[in-house]
Formats: sequence, structure tokens, C-alpha cells
Amino acid sequence: MIPADLLGAGSAISASAVAAAEPAVRSSGIGFEDVSVAYGDLVVLDSLTLTVRPGEIVALIGPSGSGKTTALRAVAGFVRPVRGRITIGTRDVTNVAPHARNIGMVVQNYALFPHMRAEENVAFGLRARGAAADVIRARVPECLRMVGMASYAKRFPRELSGGQQQRVAIARALAIRPQVLLLDEPLSALDAQIRRSMLDELAKLHRDLPSLTVLYVTHDQTEALTLANHIGIMRDGRLIAFGSAQSLYRYPPNRFSAEFLGRANLLPVQALTSTGAGMARVRFGEEALAARNHHGLPDGGDCLLCVRPHDLRLHPAEEAGNRLTGTVRAVQWQGDMQNVELDVAGHVLRLTCAPMHEPPAPGASLTVHFSAAEATFVPEMQPGG
Amino acid sequence: MADLAIALPRSGEPPSAGGLWIVPPLLALAALFFFPLGLIVRQALAGDSGAVSLSHFTEVLGSGQFHDALHHTIVIAVSSTAGCLVLGFVLSVLITFTPFPGGKLVARLIDTFIALPTFLVALSFTFIYGSAGILNESLMRLLHVELPPVDFLYSQWGVILSEITVYTPFVMRPLLAAFSLIEPAQIEVASSLGARSLRIVGRIILPAALPALVAGGSLCLLLTVNEFGIVLFIGAKDVITLPLLIYDKAIQQFDYTAACVIAAINVALSLCLYSLYRFVVMYFGGRRAGLV
Repeated sequence: MIPADLLGAGSAISASAVAAAEPAVRSSGIGFEDVSVAYGDLVVLDSLTLTVRPGEIVALIGPSGSGKTTALRAVAGFVRPVRGRITIGTRDVTNVAPHARNIGMVVQNYALFPHMRAEENVAFGLRARGAAADVIRARVPECLRMVGMASYAKRFPRELSGGQQQRVAIARALAIRPQVLLLDEPLSALDAQIRRSMLDELAKLHRDLPSLTVLYVTHDQTEALTLANHIGIMRDGRLIAFGSAQSLYRYPPNRFSAEFLGRANLLPVQALTSTGAGMARVRFGEEALAARNHHGLPDGGDCLLCVRPHDLRLHPAEEAGNRLTGTVRAVQWQGDMQNVELDVAGHVLRLTCAPMHEPPAPGASLTVHFSAAEATFVPEMQPGG
Repeated sequence: MADLAIALPRSGEPPSAGGLWIVPPLLALAALFFFPLGLIVRQALAGDSGAVSLSHFTEVLGSGQFHDALHHTIVIAVSSTAGCLVLGFVLSVLITFTPFPGGKLVARLIDTFIALPTFLVALSFTFIYGSAGILNESLMRLLHVELPPVDFLYSQWGVILSEITVYTPFVMRPLLAAFSLIEPAQIEVASSLGARSLRIVGRIILPAALPALVAGGSLCLLLTVNEFGIVLFIGAKDVITLPLLIYDKAIQQFDYTAACVIAAINVALSLCLYSLYRFVVMYFGGRRAGLV
């Protein structure tokens, strides 16, 4: 939970407030159909096709300049696609002005209106839409209660902490009962502790408002994995992977996805041979290794073996094989876990495990194991090239 | 703290010799500013006779000519300032929030007006709007009329238009600085919440720009009250302002006492406006208003 001094007495999300707000949130999906955005000759979003189903949270992640924010801004109407179509629900909004799209938006730096009190910020959208005074009077406190900011209604943004400002920004976005909620790196400006708490609060908010469709842009894989039903990974303006958070994490479709979403050991392996039941065997030097062939890679080819650091074990697995021996390069203790870095035939292999009483010394020989079911083969080729 | 203790002069000690550096600039200021000002005030109070009294003030304050000049000064200054505020705000909003190719160049060009002598605009206006100016000649030829149809330049409105043209950049400078501090995300979020352009300008941009607007307006008012070159150059019929009346009394009528009385009143008026300007800047914060 968020520390009490940051939240105040009204920190608990009120079930009644949520219930009052929830039925009015119309459930609509978001559709990108071959959407491209370009600034002159520079294509910043390239043929994006993606569907966010009603009530779903989809996170777009990727490094800076990957096009994820451009995709969100295209939904908001702040950039106009040079090609393609964007829909919210069944409505084509490609050429609809931002004020007529019925979206809620929360941005990284909160963008609260500094001369307005928290309650005036929340009421802004309602007033802009010509809501009746009694609706505003009812809805503003309701939304502030929803985010635990009811007791801060009279404060100016400068009198609120970063986390509190972000809560007001969320209340402001929800007050208009948007069809979709766009979150553009909403937690990036917060420190680590508040970010974790806000992440929990956002997850709870969506549990309480299950019909709310959310497009969440972030460069933080933890936020994406915690919140999203589906994750899209973007690179150089293209969507290079899309799937459920679990599936993308367990079976990344390419090297970039494996490395960007969580930490991954990627070993170049040769001569893939299918062994049935979605499994395959490969050679890594003299060793024969088995793993899932989730992507159905063809026999005989070279590929990458992807094993997550926490799937490597120091004790032998029950099944035979999948054993790698290397030299310890470094050992790091991080409180609740231990990181061990191995050199295996010239490749770096990272292992994460519970803290050891007697960790291996650098230079020592160490054998690690992994289960075939917890490793997967990934195509060698980079997406788009 | 140790550094601070060293830097601060200890009580009871005489000021160091370094403090004497303040004397030359103070002497220069006294010679160039306070002494002439003192002479004006003395002349206003004592006149040619040398006897100090308020009779000259009473005489000038009671004259119709002074009332007329004060009225014109206030009307022109207030109208010009209002015009500068409206035009400056609109131009600044357009330049900042509706970017167009060459927008920055336009802003710079407008900014250069600050560096130009004020009468230059009046001169250029006579070429455009004067009796024999481009506009009137074209209209006379087009409409087949013998008298110039556009006849506002040699009136109070000509002076006001010229002053608006000259002093608008004084409003725009702090406004552009203030606008640059508004987060574009605020505008975008406001738009996503359903606000149209006018509401965004009125509810987001205007409040954010208010300190700069008020400070720029105060400065404008101060400058337009004392404007001399434009009024003289336009030569508007029956439009006499306080600075022009001082000129008229001193140079054309050789009535130095009356000129000094009006000058003293003009200085008092300017100081009041300057105090207002400083108060506004201090109240809203000069840094926020983009004035520092």
C-alpha cells in the first residue's frame, strides 16, 4: 500500500464510489488497422495493426523512439496517421478531433492545471462537456474518493506529492467516464517505492472497473507484466511481438522480445531436431540440450536457446541432460537473491537463485541445469531483418 | 556558516574602503538625474520669482489645456495598452500554440520593433495611411473620389494605432516566455477531456499567462503615458498629451515654469505607474512572468 502520509485518511478505494462509477463506463475496444505515422520522410509508426479488446489492459513497451507513445497519441488524436484507420468501439476516429473522442488520458508528468484545485482539475472535463452542475457536484467527490484523494480536494497541485498528483490525474481522466483510458508512462516520474504502490493501486482500480479498456505505454517491463492482459513489444516503429504477458515471457518470439521483456540467457545452438510433443533437441558444442519448440522452428536449423535466469538450477534436475558447465565470473548478493554469472564456452550465462550460504568463488567451475519445459527455442533472425 | 561569518561585516567595525566604490556611480546619478529633477521641481514651485508656493501648480491644474492633455494622455495610454494586450496575446498564442513555418522568425521580427525608434512606425504609417499614402491613393483611384477616404491617421486613433504597433512586442516578450513554460501535455490533456480551443485558451492558457500579461500591460501603460515621438510625428489635430504639452510650453511658449509643473506631474504619474508595475512583477513573481 501507499504510505499513509502520502495518501491521507481517504486512501482506501471506496467500493461504493467504484460501484457508482462503474456501470457508466462504456466498454469499448481500440483498433489499429495498418496505422502508419510519419513526420516528413521519417516513419515513426509503421503499419501497426493491433486490437485492444473491451475491458482489457494492453501494454505497449519498447525502448525510446520505438513508436509506442506515437501509437497512443494517434488514439488520442494528437498525431494524424498518414495511413490506416483507428477505431474506438465501432467508431472510426481516425479523423475525429481529440476533444470529440471520449478518451481519458494520463501522462507521465501528470499535467494537472496548476491554477486549479484538485476538485477543479477533476471537474474540468465535465465542465468542458457541459455537464449539469449536480452531475459535477456528485461525480467529482466520487472520483476523488475512488483514487483515495477525497480529503485533498481543496489542494492545489503544488501542495500534493507526485503520487497524489498522479491520483488526481487519474480521477480527472475517469470523471468523464471515458470509453478508453490512455496511460502514457504514468509512473515514470515517481520514485521506486511510490511506483510499486501505484502499480498495485492501478491493478486494483482495474479490478474494480473491469469494463475499462486501457492502453498503457511504458518502458518498464515490470509495469507491463504486472498490469497487462496482453503486451505489445515495439521497436523502430514496428510491433514486433504481441501476446499474453505469460506467453510472451515464456515463449518470446524473437531475440529482442526475449531480452526486453525480462532477463534472458540466449545461447546459439545448432541442428534442431524435433522430438515430438512440441519439444526439440539441439547441440550446444558437445552438449545435447532439449527445450520447447513453441514457435515450430524447422529441423536442421540454427537458433537461440532461451532460458530465464531463475529457471537455471544448481542442483541436478530429475530428468537427464540440459546440463551446462562453466566458470564463475562474478557473484552478486542482492539481499533476497543471488546472481551468478558464468562463462559457458565463451557465452555469458546468468543465474538467479535464493541466497547461498557458501556462494561459489569467481574462477570456480560450476554446473547448472534447466528443465526442458522451462526453456524455449527462439529464431536467430532479428525481426524485420 | 563559517564562510558566511567571514563574508558578513562584523558589527561596530567601520565599512571597508571597498565600499567607497559606490560613491562615483552615486555622484553620477545625482548629477545626471536627481539634480536636473530637483531643478525642475524647484522651478515648478518657485517659478521665476524664487518664492516657493503652490500657485503655479494651482494655475496649471486649473487650466483647460492641462485637463485636455491629461485626458488625451490617459485615453491614448489606456487604449493603446488595451490594444497591445489583445494583439500581443492573440499573436503570442498563435506563434506558440499553432506552430507554422517561419513562426519563430515572425516572433523575432516582432521582437526587433523594441529596438527601433518609435517615430519610425509613425513615419511608415504616413506612407501607408496618410492623405497621400498608398492606401488612400489606391482607394481614390479605385473609387474615383477626390478626397482621401481613409482619414484616421491624424487623429487620436492614428496615435493609438501607432503606439499599439510599437508597444505590442513589450507585451509579447513576457507572454512568449510565459507560454514556453506551459506544458504541452496540459493542452493535450485538456483537449482529450473535451475542451475546445476557446476553453483551453480561456481556462488554461490565459490563467497561466496572467502574470506576464499584467506585467507587460503595466510596462506598456508606463511607456505610452510618456510617449512623445509618435504623438509629435503624427501631428494629430487637437491631440495634445502631457509630454507634448511640456514641449509646447517650454520650447514654443518659453513658459518654463508651466512646463516644469507639468513635467513634475508627469514624473509623479510615471512613478505611480512604475510602482504599480513593480508591484505587479513582485506580486506575481518576475521569474514566472518571464521578466527576469
